Amino acid sequence: MSDDIESEFGFEPAVSATGAADGAAQKPARTSKRRGGLRRRISAVIVLLSALGIMGASYAAFAGSSGASDTGTSKDDIEAGRQLYSVSCITCHGANLQGIKGQGPSLVGVGSAAVYFQVSTGRMPATGQGAYQARKVAKFDEQETEQIAAYVQSIGGGPTIPVGSLRGDSATISLGGQLFRINCASCHGTTFKGAPLSAGKIAPSLNEATDKQIIAAMLSGPESMPVFSDNQLTPAQKRAIVAYIQTIKASKDPGGAGIDRIGPVSEAIVIWVGGVGALMIAILWIGAKTR
Amino acid sequence: MTTTTVPPRRSDEPRTPQGKAGKFFDDRLNLAKPLRVQLNKVFPDHWSFMMGEIALYSFIILLLTGTYLTFFFDPSMVETVYPKNGTYVPMRGITMSRAYESTLNITFDVRGGLVVRQIHHWAALLFVAAMLVHMCRVFFTGAFRKPRELNWLIGLSLIALGIIEGFVGYSLPDDLLSGTGLRIAYSIVLSIPVVGTWLAFLVFGGPFPGDVIIGRFYIAHVLLIPGILLLLISAHLALIVRQKHTEFPGPGRSEHTVSGERVFPLYAAKAGGFFFIVFGVCAALGGLAQINPVWLFGPYQPAAVSSGSQPDWYMMFLDGSTRLFPSWEIRLWHHTLPPLFWPTVVLPGILFTLAGAYPFIEAKMTNDRGKHNLLQRPRDVPVRTALGCMALTFYMVLFLSGGNDIIAKAFDISLNAMTWGGRIALLVLPPIAYLVGYRVCLGLQRHDREVLEHGIETGIIKMLPSGEYIEVHQPIGPTDEHGHGQLSYGGRPVPKRMNQLGAASPLSQIRGFFYPVKEKPEIQAALDELEQREHGDVETAEGPKQLTD
Ligand code: HEC
Ligand code: HEC
Ligand code: HEM
Repeated sequence: MSDDIESEFGFEPAVSATGAADGAAQKPARTSKRRGGLRRRISAVIVLLSALGIMGASYAAFAGSSGASDTGTSKDDIEAGRQLYSVSCITCHGANLQGIKGQGPSLVGVGSAAVYFQVSTGRMPATGQGAYQARKVAKFDEQETEQIAAYVQSIGGGPTIPVGSLRGDSATISLGGQLFRINCASCHGTTFKGAPLSAGKIAPSLNEATDKQIIAAMLSGPESMPVFSDNQLTPAQKRAIVAYIQTIKASKDPGGAGIDRIGPVSEAIVIWVGGVGALMIAILWIGAKTR
Repeated sequence: MTTTTVPPRRSDEPRTPQGKAGKFFDDRLNLAKPLRVQLNKVFPDHWSFMMGEIALYSFIILLLTGTYLTFFFDPSMVETVYPKNGTYVPMRGITMSRAYESTLNITFDVRGGLVVRQIHHWAALLFVAAMLVHMCRVFFTGAFRKPRELNWLIGLSLIALGIIEGFVGYSLPDDLLSGTGLRIAYSIVLSIPVVGTWLAFLVFGGPFPGDVIIGRFYIAHVLLIPGILLLLISAHLALIVRQKHTEFPGPGRSEHTVSGERVFPLYAAKAGGFFFIVFGVCAALGGLAQINPVWLFGPYQPAAVSSGSQPDWYMMFLDGSTRLFPSWEIRLWHHTLPPLFWPTVVLPGILFTLAGAYPFIEAKMTNDRGKHNLLQRPRDVPVRTALGCMALTFYMVLFLSGGNDIIAKAFDISLNAMTWGGRIALLVLPPIAYLVGYRVCLGLQRHDREVLEHGIETGIIKMLPSGEYIEVHQPIGPTDEHGHGQLSYGGRPVPKRMNQLGAASPLSQIRGFFYPVKEKPEIQAALDELEQREHGDVETAEGPKQLTD
């Protein structure tokens, strides 16, 4: 929520050339929001009011056009979503998405992209209050996920996942690679292996992410990941990034076994265990023969 | 009947074509005699003596594969655009340096380029690893003692240069991963007090990254450092020939003799075969396991950085020390000493200085000025062995900390916990390793003495008439009236199991370790007798040889 305002007002996270720590530091509002219950509550109220008051109209128009008609969500879907929400989410996020102190943040204005991301990757409904909600097996199927997303969208508005193709064609792969290295590699690594961030948080591996989840992650900026609004990365650039990630993930390793593409650490294991190990056995064998 | 007289045949006149060719050269170069001397030199055979050979052979492999790479590699930082129809689709139209582009071309377009690159890189990792293992062998057996301190120092220079050579080569492709390493190297040079800035500008020709560094590194990598390495390796080997190889104590071996196989033909055959085994391992790794996939990392650009960036393994201990060292900034005499200075310049400086000084320190502490040609078993010098364990533990903690983000991710540990764990381990584990190493040495020594005194455990349990159970021990030599052995410890392996006399073969130590040896008793007895006889034969055949040959 607060992020949307920030980016709306031209706060552009300096996502290039930043390390993991900087990335986390770019969103003090978000992280502290989750820590201090009272502060979060107050700021959530302020943000809620201002969001609804100042930009509610534009969001509503946006959500109205893309949320309802384009994605093909109907009144029935929203109703079904409401029911799913009141069964699985209401305990933490409250009856009006306003959030519940100590349980879960407000969902007003997070948009269907955030809901799709959280629910389809199994992060929501959350289990327990850990520092980090890891990817799990999703609890809802695609349709139910869309329904919950449509419901949340219908109430609070926010960024939505565009319809149509989410992956650029092969001509855009190299552009996507360039953008990925500048915007995403500092946390997720050039080979998408992920890395631990400070304070027990993790930038996860992107191995399991689908096209739609990658787009949703960029639009919603979960956890300490920055939001990449359409001002920072145009929809075409986002599709190019998806094309790059998915192409590289699916690509074979021309050099043999990829040894998990971690780089020097797995190479170190291979040379000591496989290389030096094999030669030690050879030495022992030769030594045994010469007595 | 004819009356022609057959000219008397000179007995040393060669008749075969090879012989004639040999004579041709010998008459002109006078080679036979000195060569004979060299070929008749003997080289002791113990499995641990072959570790240095791995390093030598991987260096040869590096020279061969590296030369192939130079045909196609372009060490230039000039910007270029990867062609729109380039083989590797995800790089099409991307701006990159010529160095990176030519590495992509080696990988995807040059016939055999990728596999040669990979063999080159695996061999580089193996080169340094083998040197480290070899160095441990020399340390733990006391082979560095007088008169071989010089070779110990040459060896240390070799490993230091090998590390530098590897780092420089690793930087050549100008990819994002190695560029990140290069940037760190730049900061390390900058961190040196007083001369740092000047030195960094000298090396990089201006602020980072500049446009000369790859070219300079290239000359260093393919000419300068390999040249020095070659010289040092030659000196290293020449000293071994001059001083003769050390050997473990044994029957007929003394400080003044050396025994083993003649260089020609046995040792040469063995070494030649072993070269191909080393080459085979490198080639198998190069063909089967992908290393340094620079095409996945992308070209270097200052604005980008990847999480999980690691250097090759031999640099990881420096990375680890940087991660563990607290970020203290110290101001001295109006100079700021950046935190990077201590873990990356001072620490390796201390480590290498200590290692270089160790032979002299030990000689001083033990008041030992004698020459030593016989090796010591690690257990017989507990203090040195324990110090070695301590140093290795220290190194291991630094090494593992160099990959602590990957470990944290793999085992779901917080990175902060890994850092603090590393700091504590760095201070606590080495002393523990010292104590444990020391105790283990003493325990092994005691067991040797026990076997010499009481004999080998036979595994046969006897019940005495009194009802007491005892294990029957097989004495391994003459005993006194109390049944105690009279053999004294000779600095060589003591047989610990029945009918296992001598212990040249490490495999025979393992035999029967995982499962009992199965032969029927009568067959076993016959086998043992055979083995014993065979062993006796070998010992007489390889009898001592005077060092003055
Ligand atoms: C500051 C660090 C940071 C940057 C930069 C960043 N991310 Fe993330 N990303 C994260 C974190 C942290 C998560 C985990 C969020 C969670 O678990 O709720 C994440 C999660 C994701 C996921 C979900 C992975 C899964 O399957 O669980 C995707 C996809 C993703 N990011 C894509 C991207 C892309 C694409 C970019 C670049 C445009 C990017 N990220 C940039 C930190 C970052
Ligand atoms: C056990 C409590 C709990 C339940 C149940 C739960 N959530 Fe959450 N939710 C949280 C917490 C805590 C966070 C913030 C932590 C985080 O981002 O990882 C969160 C964050 C979110 C966010 C991201 C908000 C943002 O600012 O980006 C979304 C979207 C979300 N939840 C949707 C849902 C939906 C939909 C459901 C029901 C299917 C659900 N949650 C059920 C606790 C819960
Ligand atoms: C003296 C002979 C050598 C020559 C001619 C040589 C040549 C080269 C060349 C041209 C490259 C760049 C090609 C590429 O990026 O793939 C290279 C890379 C490299 N060299 Fe060497 N080299 C030699 C010895 C060594 C030694 C002794 C080491 C290690 C101790 C070493 C380690 C490396 C490494 C790690 C790379 C990076 C390879 C990669 O990118 O995958 N080289 N070498």
